[in-house]
Amino acid sequence: MSPPLVSLDHITRRFGALMANDDVSLAVLPGEIHALLGENGAGKSTLVKILYGLIQPDSGSISLDGKAMRFGSPQEARAAGIGMVFQHFSLFENLTVAENIALVLPAKAGLKRLDQRISAIATRYGLPLDPQRPVWSLSAGERQRVEIVRALIQEPRVLVLDEPTSVLTPQEATTLFATLKRLKAEGKALIYISHKLEEVRQLCDRASILRAGRLVATCDPKAYSAHQLGELMMGRDIGAVRPPSGDAVGAVRLRLKDLSLAAPDLHGVSLHEISLEVREGEVLGVAGIAGNGQSELFAALSGESRTLAEAIVIGGHAVGDQGINRRRALDAAFVPEERNGHAAVGAMNLADNLFLSRHALPGLLRHGFIDKSALLARTDEVIAGFDVRTAGPEAAARTLSGGNLQKFVVGRELARQPRLLVINQPTWGVDALAAAAIRQAIVELATRGAAVLVISQDLDELYEVSDRLCALAHGHLSVPRPASELDRSAIGLLMGGANQFTAGAAHVS
Amino acid sequence: MSASSWRLKLVARANPSRALVLLAPVLAVALALVFGALMILALGKSPVEAFNVYFAQPLADPFSLAEIVVKASPLVMIALGLAFCYRANLWNIGAEGQFVIGGTLGGGIAVATHGMTHATFWILPAMLVIGALGGALYALIPAVLKVTLGVSEILVSLMLVYVAQLNLDYLVRGPWRDPKGFNFPVTAGFDPSATLPPLWPGGAVHSGVAITVLLVIIMAVVLARTRFGFAVRTAGMAPRAAGFAGFDHRRLTLALFALSGGLAGLAGVVEVSGVINQLQPSISPGYGFAAIIVAFLGRLSPVGILVAGLVLALTYIGGEAAQIAMKLPLDLTTAFQGVVLMCVLAADVLTHYRLTLARRAS
Repeated sequence: MSPPLVSLDHITRRFGALMANDDVSLAVLPGEIHALLGENGAGKSTLVKILYGLIQPDSGSISLDGKAMRFGSPQEARAAGIGMVFQHFSLFENLTVAENIALVLPAKAGLKRLDQRISAIATRYGLPLDPQRPVWSLSAGERQRVEIVRALIQEPRVLVLDEPTSVLTPQEATTLFATLKRLKAEGKALIYISHKLEEVRQLCDRASILRAGRLVATCDPKAYSAHQLGELMMGRDIGAVRPPSGDAVGAVRLRLKDLSLAAPDLHGVSLHEISLEVREGEVLGVAGIAGNGQSELFAALSGESRTLAEAIVIGGHAVGDQGINRRRALDAAFVPEERNGHAAVGAMNLADNLFLSRHALPGLLRHGFIDKSALLARTDEVIAGFDVRTAGPEAAARTLSGGNLQKFVVGRELARQPRLLVINQPTWGVDALAAAAIRQAIVELATRGAAVLVISQDLDELYEVSDRLCALAHGHLSVPRPASELDRSAIGLLMGGANQFTAGAAHVS
Repeated sequence: MSASSWRLKLVARANPSRALVLLAPVLAVALALVFGALMILALGKSPVEAFNVYFAQPLADPFSLAEIVVKASPLVMIALGLAFCYRANLWNIGAEGQFVIGGTLGGGIAVATHGMTHATFWILPAMLVIGALGGALYALIPAVLKVTLGVSEILVSLMLVYVAQLNLDYLVRGPWRDPKGFNFPVTAGFDPSATLPPLWPGGAVHSGVAITVLLVIIMAVVLARTRFGFAVRTAGMAPRAAGFAGFDHRRLTLALFALSGGLAGLAGVVEVSGVINQLQPSISPGYGFAAIIVAFLGRLSPVGILVAGLVLALTYIGGEAAQIAMKLPLDLTTAFQGVVLMCVLAADVLTHYRLTLARRAS
């Protein structure tokens, strides 16, 4: 076995009372793709930020080729041959590809020669890019290519990729994997952070698993099932979601007919003639990469954005021009994507947060005053019914972990026994245990006869809960089809916008 | 090793301590006193003597105590409405103008009914209602411009202050001037039917003070226990969550400007009919602006505002005493009030954030 190209030894980093990294050691060989696995908050980001010079460790050391290194800044790390591709792109929309790349290079490197260098790297690694295109005109996959080329142009020997496939369609992900394998063949060391365990099993040679800041295992991911890897991450059994029954589908509860909505602002997405039906007893999944109109579709469904009355029909009532509380009165419930500041107010306690979405429904006001005892009782029901770990109904929402707060905001709506649930990214940033509980609750709600519409970027999640699937791309929705008839590559094509051509949806823009 | 530089950075405190939250206004006032002492020293006077005249003497004298209550009344009444606005992140800076409009319209009824002898029971209630209504409508001008055209409510409400003041100035020098007033720019003195009676016979405290105390209780209950109060709190803390709750931000904007303008207008008419008893070019020593300080000093809570109003009223009474006894300029009072506001805002920030020195690698 060759000596490691890069190794992190006994890294410890504390943030206040939190041990983000506790004596973590990690060695990556040349020509290895090494997965870094762990729940949100397990310490993966801290570890790679230490390697990239963004954070200084309290103790521990970094060595490259067996030589001890100290990186005071990303510039120093880059100079030593460490490259990083962040999950969130840091590109200037109004600059061209070449200009964005020039920003990380020394000032003397001219733009002219840069175009050739970009093209050279692009052909070498299969990353086609036009250096003169402005970034705003690029898709998420193309933007990621810019980030990768920007890292590669500095000839790194170690490349860190943080959740690189979270914004990609399955097809784009396959292309990315080919690139990564080429880098591996050149003897580079790759550190690959991902939540997608199947992907890790396909791609990675070894995996290091972090839990609560500690390294719990380094293993060959192919030797374990995705389920077993998940359990290593969590430290306990997750349990599978019971699949939807698929039968007992009742009347149409939600109907969208030619729902069109102009983008609310410059960076928003317009919705184009979206039509669908959700029947009682079924879960309809809406796939799509972030930024393809999910937030806009949710806002139109919830009534936070208004549209034509007939465009949205809930239980036979045309409500497109009605507000969210009128829709709630028709037994509809809504869970937005963002917990903090949208679904819940962090500074308010849980009881107040229950009032937030239920105040217009009967039972919480008496003679015009908030009925505190009824409110506390309803809040206790949600906390107990959905296993929300909290000090109690008077605890501030911000004191709850992401998973617990999500269980609360989902439970708040489900406890009402709604006949329609619209939920956007139900388990975004939530630990696996809470995610499984939420998905189970969604499926059970449908089994009891409610219509459910789930918008999600997570295909695994959608296949777990949905009876039928469709995809949202550039504000266009594909025709929903049974989940069993639609494999991943087909839905991937739809997420990339393929339906706009096959379905012949003529649109002028 | 790379060179590094230092810079100041605000870091959010995870859990601001409750003691700190309650203590912050007290510390702010203490700090303001230190700055006040420095200003008095700079004017060549003794801060000890000045503070004695400013704060100790008024509190020892029953007549001054009554004066403090009378001065605190409009401050508290205006600040109650402003606190609701500010909680929802709506910046009504023009309470001074709404106060003047309320006083002008309410006082106008007193001027129009001057000399009436029969069936005068309706005059006082009508003055109060018209004053409050006038203030509300006046405050709706910036609110309507904001929700329809997106105009800054800060600028419009502030500029309308001067319009209101000049309007009153014109009226008392022109059409409403007392014909028997030796050409002084004042209206005739109000009849007893247009004058707020004292709280008790012969007392120095007018019955408007009781209205203020009642309003403190009502506003505290509304804020804590009603859906409207909940909407106000949510709108400020998390506007998107307020939208998710289904609260219409435009309607809330209009309602809160009407409410704060109405309370300022009511304060104005109470002032002219309870204290001044006539209209004159200026009917306010800046109550509408000082009430902004009162609202923040009272942590935007109705009961806190009651306390803060009394504290600020003390600076007015003390300022007048210091002017007479020590020839200290009245501007010192205004400057001191400004220092109090800055200290309160700083204390607020530092309650929720920690100031740290961060090293920046370069």
